[in-house]
Amino acid sequence: MVEYGDIRVVYRGGSKINFRKPVISNDSRFLLCASGESVKVFSSVTEECVHELRGHTGQVTGVLLRPSNHLQVYSCSTDGTVRLWDFTDGILVRTYVVGYPVYSIYASLNHKEVVFIVTPVCVFVFAELFQLVAVNLPQTPDQLVEARDLSAVLSDVSSNPSTIAFGRGGEYLASVNNLKMEIYFFKKNKSYSFSLREYTKNGGKNTFTCIACHPKDDCVATGHDDGKIRLWRNFKQKKEYTYSTLHWHHSAVSSLCFTPEGTNLLSGGVESVLVQWRYNQENQKDFLPRLGAAITHVTVSPDGALFSTSHSDNKITIIQSCVKVSAVIQGLVKGENVTTGLLVDPRSKALVLNGRPGHLQFYSLQRDKLLFHLDIVQQEYIHEAGLEQFEVVRAAFDASGLWLATVEERKQKSAELELNLKLWSFDEQTQSFVLNTTVSAPHEARITAMCFSQAADSQTTTLVSASRDGHFKAWQLGLPAHTDGTQEWPSWSCDFVGAYHGLVPRCCCFSADGSLLAVGFQEVVTVWNPTSWELLTTLSQPPGDVRNLCFGQLSCSKYLLGSNNKKMVCCWNLLTCSLEWSTSMDVSLLLVDSRSENMAAFCCQDGSTDLFVFKPSEPRPLFSQKAVCSGRVIHAVFTPREVMLESSEESSQWLNRSQLYFLTEFMDLLTFSTKAEEEKLMASSKQLVIDDTVAMTPFYLLLGKHRHEHLGNEESAERTPLPQSSVAIKELLQTPAHVLPATSFLCSMFAKSLLISVTETSFMNSLSVLSAVAVKL
Amino acid sequence: MGEFKVHRIRFFNHMPSAIRVMAFNSHTERLVVARADGAVEIFNFADNYYQEKVIPGRDGKAVEALCWVGRRLFSAGLDGEITEYDLENLRPRNSMEAYGGPIWTISSNSQGTLLAAGCEDGTVKMFEVLEDRIQFQRNLSRQKGRIISLSWHPTGSQIAAGMLDMIKIFDAETGHATHRLLVERGLQRTSNSQEVVVWSVAFLSDHTIISGDSAGKVQIWDGITGTLVRTHLLTKWDVLVLAVSPDESSVIAGTSEGTVVQFQFISSTVDQQDKQWVRTRTFKSHSHDVRALVHTDTAVVSGGVDTQLVVRPLLDKVEKNTQESAMRKIIFPHRNLVSCAKKAGLLLFQFSDHLELWRLGESDGNGKPGDRLPVKRNPEKLIQLKRKKLSQPCDVFRLVGSKLISLRIFPERIPAPLVPLSRLQVSKLPKELNSVHQLSFSSDSSKLFASSILSSVIVASVKELECKYLHTFKPPSGEFHSRQPVHLLSPSEDGNWLATANTADLNVSLQLHCSVPVCGSCPTAVSIHPFSCSLVSVHADQQIFEFSLKQKEFTAWSRKLQKQGMHPLWLQRDAPITRVTFNPNNPTHILLHDTSMFCIVDQILPLPEEKTRFYNQSVLQSLSLGERLRNSHAFKVYRNFQNLLCVDLMEDHSLVVVERPLLDIVSQLPAPVQQKKFAT
Repeated sequence: MVEYGDIRVVYRGGSKINFRKPVISNDSRFLLCASGESVKVFSSVTEECVHELRGHTGQVTGVLLRPSNHLQVYSCSTDGTVRLWDFTDGILVRTYVVGYPVYSIYASLNHKEVVFIVTPVCVFVFAELFQLVAVNLPQTPDQLVEARDLSAVLSDVSSNPSTIAFGRGGEYLASVNNLKMEIYFFKKNKSYSFSLREYTKNGGKNTFTCIACHPKDDCVATGHDDGKIRLWRNFKQKKEYTYSTLHWHHSAVSSLCFTPEGTNLLSGGVESVLVQWRYNQENQKDFLPRLGAAITHVTVSPDGALFSTSHSDNKITIIQSCVKVSAVIQGLVKGENVTTGLLVDPRSKALVLNGRPGHLQFYSLQRDKLLFHLDIVQQEYIHEAGLEQFEVVRAAFDASGLWLATVEERKQKSAELELNLKLWSFDEQTQSFVLNTTVSAPHEARITAMCFSQAADSQTTTLVSASRDGHFKAWQLGLPAHTDGTQEWPSWSCDFVGAYHGLVPRCCCFSADGSLLAVGFQEVVTVWNPTSWELLTTLSQPPGDVRNLCFGQLSCSKYLLGSNNKKMVCCWNLLTCSLEWSTSMDVSLLLVDSRSENMAAFCCQDGSTDLFVFKPSEPRPLFSQKAVCSGRVIHAVFTPREVMLESSEESSQWLNRSQLYFLTEFMDLLTFSTKAEEEKLMASSKQLVIDDTVAMTPFYLLLGKHRHEHLGNEESAERTPLPQSSVAIKELLQTPAHVLPATSFLCSMFAKSLLISVTETSFMNSLSVLSAVAVKL
Repeated sequence: MGEFKVHRIRFFNHMPSAIRVMAFNSHTERLVVARADGAVEIFNFADNYYQEKVIPGRDGKAVEALCWVGRRLFSAGLDGEITEYDLENLRPRNSMEAYGGPIWTISSNSQGTLLAAGCEDGTVKMFEVLEDRIQFQRNLSRQKGRIISLSWHPTGSQIAAGMLDMIKIFDAETGHATHRLLVERGLQRTSNSQEVVVWSVAFLSDHTIISGDSAGKVQIWDGITGTLVRTHLLTKWDVLVLAVSPDESSVIAGTSEGTVVQFQFISSTVDQQDKQWVRTRTFKSHSHDVRALVHTDTAVVSGGVDTQLVVRPLLDKVEKNTQESAMRKIIFPHRNLVSCAKKAGLLLFQFSDHLELWRLGESDGNGKPGDRLPVKRNPEKLIQLKRKKLSQPCDVFRLVGSKLISLRIFPERIPAPLVPLSRLQVSKLPKELNSVHQLSFSSDSSKLFASSILSSVIVASVKELECKYLHTFKPPSGEFHSRQPVHLLSPSEDGNWLATANTADLNVSLQLHCSVPVCGSCPTAVSIHPFSCSLVSVHADQQIFEFSLKQKEFTAWSRKLQKQGMHPLWLQRDAPITRVTFNPNNPTHILLHDTSMFCIVDQILPLPEEKTRFYNQSVLQSLSLGERLRNSHAFKVYRNFQNLLCVDLMEDHSLVVVERPLLDIVSQLPAPVQQKKFAT
């Protein structure tokens, strides 16, 4: 098998932004968070991603403002490096190579040029033992620095970054792990440890979950599994320590944070309520409820003006300190189960999948941004353990993106299955989907497959749904009905019910032109005519239930491909109705690229998945890669590219028109990327090429940028020069305001100066400039 | 262990009375508790929290405040009298009207020379404590509104008084008010016009005043400048009581929600000296109002409307995982309230204001161990005797043979009647029986023994209709014999012996035979063996002794037990043994019980090793035979019955077990304050 060196599997888009605590810059303008292998810099006002700090080759596990320079930030990663960035410009300043995987990073102003990192105790043995290590960062001007000056501070710490915190002014360090809390005083080089019993008398679990230290007082707040918050004081005595207990959360406290002045304590948990406790007046508390999902991290900006909460649905909420939500940064929502599979909205080219409970999310892969959620179930979601909810289980778009079909179901233990088929039409005016038809109980059992006819002709769109009750149903849009002058919207109704010898249909598929429908009934593939609904033929099939069915595209449209659970892939020629070829492959997923003849097959073998890309008409695969990822690939989709790639290499040609995204069983969204594509990306992020001959100073960076812009300006010199060089304007702008004559006097002079250019440019143009200036005055 | 037919009795509606106020004497380590019915109980904290003495209350004499002055105990109530108690004879020694209306609080200065009483009419009255009485000295300047709470400055120069809406500080020498601290009214209650009551104040030696009030606040004031330092809002309801630790580093506050909140004087940063009061721990050991609190050096003692006395050690002051660090709840009195007529199958229940006589039910069924037998005849109540008003019943009664003889004794005034079952009135009762603490009949009902004042025991003969005084046993005089009251009386089966015990001595008499040596701890139950003439005594520190009366020395078994030492699990129990009985069929068996278990001590079997476990007998029976033999030892513990008030063996070899389930007690309590409970 050939390995294709220039194509590799990458994370692109949809990565977790709630993995670690975000960091808010000193001026509260930016929010930085670890996201996959990069650090994203968001604007806290506009919610837009300003920069993406790329460079790490492993998952970024921590972001930390540099205590001595608030415009720089440290990031650490499992690749064993700590990197220092200038986040306002998005420049990598320095890379410190530690050599061990780093799981979290801490620093304080008291310890100059020392960072504290959590690393595994032994790299070779896979044990859950971690230690806190102080790393001396050498002060050299080099870009790449080896930081080998390590000294262990605390052993037996947790890898969870919220379990370690620096106390007042960095004088001590508090760490919790399981049932033990340890407080280490740097001056005396002595640590005190306190432990709790595993269970309280009421059966609550006492396990520590997080910690926060008061910035002014010697008070440590710890969160526990049973929802309690303990405030520890007087912990310099082994015995006479004391704590008070705050209890509002009903289950584990996941994050705690003191405000910079220490007047308030913020806590959050699975209740998705941000609780603000008054320090020393703990029974006065404020709540910010209905934040949408369980809170995983709470942070406060250094000036105390902004709070931010990270949520389990991959969301960061920015909250003004008057406890009002001001911005929401939403990443790709990954629930426990993606039952709808991956779909592409033909209209917006967005990825569509399950999002929040009862919703479909539309996610733009190009911009790596969640576009919106479409509420399918339209019921209030009640958070309760063990309560069965309506779930969106199937969704399908028609070829033009005008119609969306969804299936929701609820299965309760005692009651019968509840099913709803909903059809949504796209409304051009509101630019969203509007519910057209609801069919309650479209089938008697679970729906196994659903597809629209792929024909571009939208007048006669047909939807086919196959169910376990042994039937498949075809649904068609009725004619618009005119009754008493009020025009009712046409609605969908059942057109045909098909069955084949009482067998259960598992999959269905329309041919590209919509003239044929293939339905796989267990071991038999049946081909139907969608206009007359007659059974055209049945295709012989080696024993085994049909799992996937696909029609070939474009030049290969005469082929029908199917895979079964007996590790066979078959290709029939529909012209001769005979088996063209078959091969033995355990294909878990077979899909077709609608923009080319290519098909992709994911085969599961030995706990990892292989990918084959092939054309049905050719015997050799175009591309194959072993061990794409560990575990099974559960869903995949071809998405169209916005800009075509022009790759001449044969192996990467299949990526020219579309991209292949796939979702592993660990809910990682991965894609394939070529070398050319990566180079292009890197080029766009490295706009500032630093000249080695000049010392790198902020001033230089500023100047270099200016020069760069200047160069760009020369290229676009075709544009009409604005009258900036006019003497009148110079006079106007450079004279101090208090010695200027009256504005009315200046205005006519200024207007006259603008009139000079009339001969060169169009009169309209200058008029618009004039009006703009007049408004400014 | 043998099989018994068990009468499981749950119709004894014993209802303890709510705890109203407590005071602790740190020199003698005695805690005094006053209950809502006026009874005063004294617990000895040095001796395993044993309830040493009970002084019964009188009608209409509710105790509102208690105060130790040295070893003397004073109380005051809403009847306007200050009473001093005679702790040796268990009765009030003298009472003095204060002439200021109802008294809400009394407090003595640390020197023990002055007693201040806060009265309804707004005066703080100072009394001089003399050798045998107290004498009115003067009034401090009179205020408008009642004085609810008082606290002396430790030097005795100033007094803080909590009133309605304010706290006043008086100069103790001049009697003038020096500061007036206004307490703001409740924020949360809708009616802002409602006055706030300062239920409790504490004056610390650094001139800090801490107050707890009906608006649910604990406030910390600077007593020199008279300014408010901090306010801690604890509850929507009242903060009823405050207590300060002896070293003044900790203050506890009891609330109407049943919580006790601790405040500690802690420096906010580690190395600095500026300390402040910080709210720290919250204890929730009560379901109702916490009305009384004591902060000892190592523990928080709380009591309230739910009638329980809770001793919760502070874990930062005691060693962890020791007996000292275990929490104790004292719910039932440490004495017998039930007596059984063994032949007749009758039970006598003692309540605070009446007696009930019941006949046991009968059953003729047979069944396997653990079965419920069908009841042939239901138990029935035969007699209910109410005491007369203004009278004060002491412990009385003993049921013997087929006769019931119930005796009510009134301290003064009318000679009380003896009421036999035939309802014949016995008009004459010897004078000497006017004030007794304990009564007991000899087994043939011919003699009545009564413990009386000056730790003497009176013997009277009881014939058909009359009761005649025979003679008095005086305790041996001398320095080594204390004047403490006799709280245990146990005549032997054959009528030859009588064992008496007070808190320090254990005597066996009928012409004082001997004194049994006692090492430190107070006996909680004594009994004389019917055959071997040996005396078995159980003490508050859970030790068991057997003393042979003939040889006048401890028996070999007792020596062996002492040599080996009691089992640690036995020592960890927190309730004292309140009754010792013997099994006539099996003379080597001793039956013991406390509130949570009963135990048969088999003197033949080997004593338990230190590592042996105490299996419940029902668990033991499910084990295999070999395992059972290996685990069998002299102490056979049975825990299937809980909250036991009495376990006794009847003549027909059936066991009477009187239980009082805690739920029944809780259901009789008044409703607690409304609280929002999560998920309700």
